[in-house]
Amino acid sequence: MQYNGAAVIAMAGKDCIAIASDRRYGLRNQTIGCEMQKTFQINDTTFVGLTGLMSDAQTLEQKFRFRTNMYRLREERDMSPRVFSNMVSSLLYEKRFGPYFCEPVIAGLENGKPYLCGMDLLGAQVYTDDFILAGDCTEAMYGLCESMYRPDLEPDELFELVSQCLLSGVDRDCLAGWGCTVHVLTPQGVTTRHLKGRMD
Amino acid sequence: MRRSSGDKLRDALGLGGFSFDNARRNQVLALKGHMIPKARKTGTTIVGVIYEGGVVLGADTRATEGDTVADKNCEKIHYIADNIWCCGAGTSADTESTTALISSQLELHRMSTGKQPRVVTACTMLKRMLFRYQGHVSAALVLGGVDCTGPSLYTVYPHGSTDSLPYVTMGSGSLAAMAVFESEYKSKMTLEEAKALVHAAIMAGINNDLGSGGSVDMMVINKDGNTPLRNYDRPNLRKFRQDYIFPRGTATILSEKFTPLSSLVTIETETSAMQVS
Repeated sequence: MQYNGAAVIAMAGKDCIAIASDRRYGLRNQTIGCEMQKTFQINDTTFVGLTGLMSDAQTLEQKFRFRTNMYRLREERDMSPRVFSNMVSSLLYEKRFGPYFCEPVIAGLENGKPYLCGMDLLGAQVYTDDFILAGDCTEAMYGLCESMYRPDLEPDELFELVSQCLLSGVDRDCLAGWGCTVHVLTPQGVTTRHLKGRMD
Repeated sequence: MRRSSGDKLRDALGLGGFSFDNARRNQVLALKGHMIPKARKTGTTIVGVIYEGGVVLGADTRATEGDTVADKNCEKIHYIADNIWCCGAGTSADTESTTALISSQLELHRMSTGKQPRVVTACTMLKRMLFRYQGHVSAALVLGGVDCTGPSLYTVYPHGSTDSLPYVTMGSGSLAAMAVFESEYKSKMTLEEAKALVHAAIMAGINNDLGSGGSVDMMVINKDGNTPLRNYDRPNLRKFRQDYIFPRGTATILSEKFTPLSSLVTIETETSAMQVS
């Protein structure tokens, strides 16, 4: 969906994951803002990144929050990333014949090990053990991730790799960019960094 | 509009099923010339063959989104029951959800009858579901399994028609795979012969069909149970790579914040002894 523009990338490291997004919010070629939140923390072990039509992304984020909160009240525990991604998948497939224009990326730690899951707008899940991309400059990022990715990176190394893949990808996309947000999730906590990017 | 009131009724009755809430909005957006995102498809080669005493199913592992390879190693052989498995081609959301739905209905059926489910039962449930949606649920399936009647193999087309044959292929690579089957199939094959034939058929799809690729997955089902052969052959792994490490500090960081996990944080509140006087 090339209306708002977005780029999200998630990668697995050694007992850690990183999820990053650009920060542009625009309507086609007009930039409205450059502090847009496109990655959301669901709980201690789960992140979701949303690309596509931003109005649908925000609607979905609210639905996710509602369902995860209800789950916590009922079950007295948090959804694991795997449970969360299955919930997202069925939520999207319910709208098979009138879908939300949104491609989620789910990243988290399932029993301390990286869990990555990508989805199309109908909720078809893709599981990988290396990286997942979404947005409208995936072509630019795929090549970079394929050649630069190494398994079992430490959190700091993973951060640098994700940052470079995302920054280079959005530099070749008119609709995404204007700075980046990178979250690195380890069993201890979340490190959130904002990156300097090209502002053109 | 009637559609949305139908959806409200569906929600109120807790009926489940598809929701058409966004259908009209999406139609308007498409009319206005917005690029609608593409669903993920599995341009696929899936096959099945009956051998003496069982069934061998096979699949490639490529999922595509337009011309982009979205997943190089996806699983296309889906679980229906312990003795029944199903390969899926078409829109991947449809194949995954349809097989999962039938799998759960069949499990309930197994619990209520107390008998091992039959392949023909799964086939009928699938074709009824797909016929009901008139081909809009685009799942093309190869269904295989072993039950009290012996091994059986079906293809289910998106509109709900079915075939029962000793060797079948489906998906965009079906012609390449069928060419192999037509030249090399013989009746009463041994397990090893059947595995070699399925392997050759999937390789024909991987190498000659652009929508198929990746590795060869297989599933052997016979009266002793099922044997998954995930990534039976991986002919397309990366051969060369050079590791490159970005030194720390490459990216310019504007701000940094560490938040410990909420489960690791203890909240201390000041407590003072109750005053008794």
